[in-house]
Amino acid sequence: MPPSPSQRNATLSDWLRQNQSSPNWTFWGAHASASLNMLAVGSVFAGRIAELAGRSVLLATADQLTAALALIELDGVARRLTLCAPDVAPEHLPAVVADAEVDAIVSDRAAPEHERLGVDLRAICSPEIQPTETQPSRPYRTEWILLTSGTTGAPKAVMHSLASLTAAIKTRGIGEPAIIWATFYDIRRYGGLQIFLRAVLGGAPLVLSDSKEPVGQFLARLAAHGVTHITGTPSHWRRALWSPAAGSITPRYVRMSGEVADQAIIDNLRAVYPHAKIGHAYASTEAGVGFHVDDEREGFPANFLRETRDGVEIKIEGGSLCVRSPGAAARYLGKGHGAIAADDGFVNTGDVIIMRGERCFFGGRAGGVINVGGSKVHPEEVEAVINRHPDVRLSLVRPKKNPITGSVVIAEVVLADSLAGNGTDARKSEVKGEILALCRENLTQFKVPVAISFVPSLAMTNSGKLARHA
Amino acid sequence: MSIKLTITTEMEKVAKEYNRTLAPLTDDLILVDSGLDSLAFAVLVVRLEGELGVDPFSVAEDAAFPVTLRDFVAVYENAAKPVAA
Repeated sequence: MPPSPSQRNATLSDWLRQNQSSPNWTFWGAHASASLNMLAVGSVFAGRIAELAGRSVLLATADQLTAALALIELDGVARRLTLCAPDVAPEHLPAVVADAEVDAIVSDRAAPEHERLGVDLRAICSPEIQPTETQPSRPYRTEWILLTSGTTGAPKAVMHSLASLTAAIKTRGIGEPAIIWATFYDIRRYGGLQIFLRAVLGGAPLVLSDSKEPVGQFLARLAAHGVTHITGTPSHWRRALWSPAAGSITPRYVRMSGEVADQAIIDNLRAVYPHAKIGHAYASTEAGVGFHVDDEREGFPANFLRETRDGVEIKIEGGSLCVRSPGAAARYLGKGHGAIAADDGFVNTGDVIIMRGERCFFGGRAGGVINVGGSKVHPEEVEAVINRHPDVRLSLVRPKKNPITGSVVIAEVVLADSLAGNGTDARKSEVKGEILALCRENLTQFKVPVAISFVPSLAMTNSGKLARHA
Repeated sequence: MSIKLTITTEMEKVAKEYNRTLAPLTDDLILVDSGLDSLAFAVLVVRLEGELGVDPFSVAEDAAFPVTLRDFVAVYENAAKPVAA
């Protein structure tokens, strides 16, 4: 019997063999490509895969294609796989290694930040597949660990299984036209990983992006490979539509997730791709895939709240969207984190829902988390940095609507008494510069406030917290 | 200062702040080839709102996406025109 997503013991290698008859089954990266049919009888580990048996592996390649191939090989071999995208800051790696009890690092380069981690086993792999005579045994039901941003800036390790990650994936029916996938997202993030898994389970070719590649070149590659299904955040798509190369692709399906898709981006995509189905999906690393919306309107129909769809139930509690799904993560690794789901199995996503008639709309984040082009910013983290400046008494970081990234980060600052009333404008402007310099030193670029304004006071709630929805 | 000069000056400032290498700012420059990425453009739009008092992209939600620097300047020039009575 061929494996199916419901059979929880299938590994990605089983899917590789299952789909071996797929013609021209290729994954294309920005710099190289690889045949998946060759991978079924080969390896990218140059004979070292056996050393990784039963290990907790940190997969930290720079290149996405290499990561894709290594993931397929390691599923079932490693006890645990932690997916580390290149944008995870080196200073956070020791905590990741501790939380995930990492005892092997797989990379495509000798990196000093990996050497410093004190992990003895380091294996180098490349996107070049070498034929092997035997395949390793794959007895493990590998734990898949995804990293998501936490309030302090350090990533939280979220535990999934292949079964939970593939819960929302339906394989193509017989006779349906072939699919060629592409993703703007990095496959080491939940949104991109979903597309990678769709390609592996469906025997479909896949075009991978590269963070350093100009969008025009990526679009040209999509056109050259005849991509039919493309996924990205609304910000990715806004950026793509700015490119003259946007018209060179003719997708059948354009999919958005990771951020709120507003009506403007849906309409703009409709205008540029008149023959495509334009859809947006709701998913989160913790809750899994919630639902797809295919009626080309922002928000989602209220009847989603009343019916179980593909095994997923949703409800609104305390104004926030809650999701109960077989695709939910099991738990956080490491100390000090609460449970992912409540006792009733629902995951509170923290996304605020506003109902207007029979339609539900997204109203921002309950915890005030700001979404800058698909990347999460916790205001508290930015405020903590601003508050380090000796002349700052209090600060409030909040989102400002932006046509390109959906939101940007802005800050309101209450100065210490010595400056607030009688500080000269010159000194105030100096302080502004110093605060920005402090932020640039300590925060990833998208978290640095785009504008800082000085205010006489900030509103507080009855419980003494900053009023974030003032 | 003309709208165009304000825009090019701010582009240079943002590029410097965000360590991006800016392409020569000709009228025909394709914006996605300018060296500014999404984040830098997001910042630029905020800065220009401060300088010019308008964010033309939020005013017209379905505004066409400008492709060249000339188109981009035109969006701001059109937004700045006084509305005929």
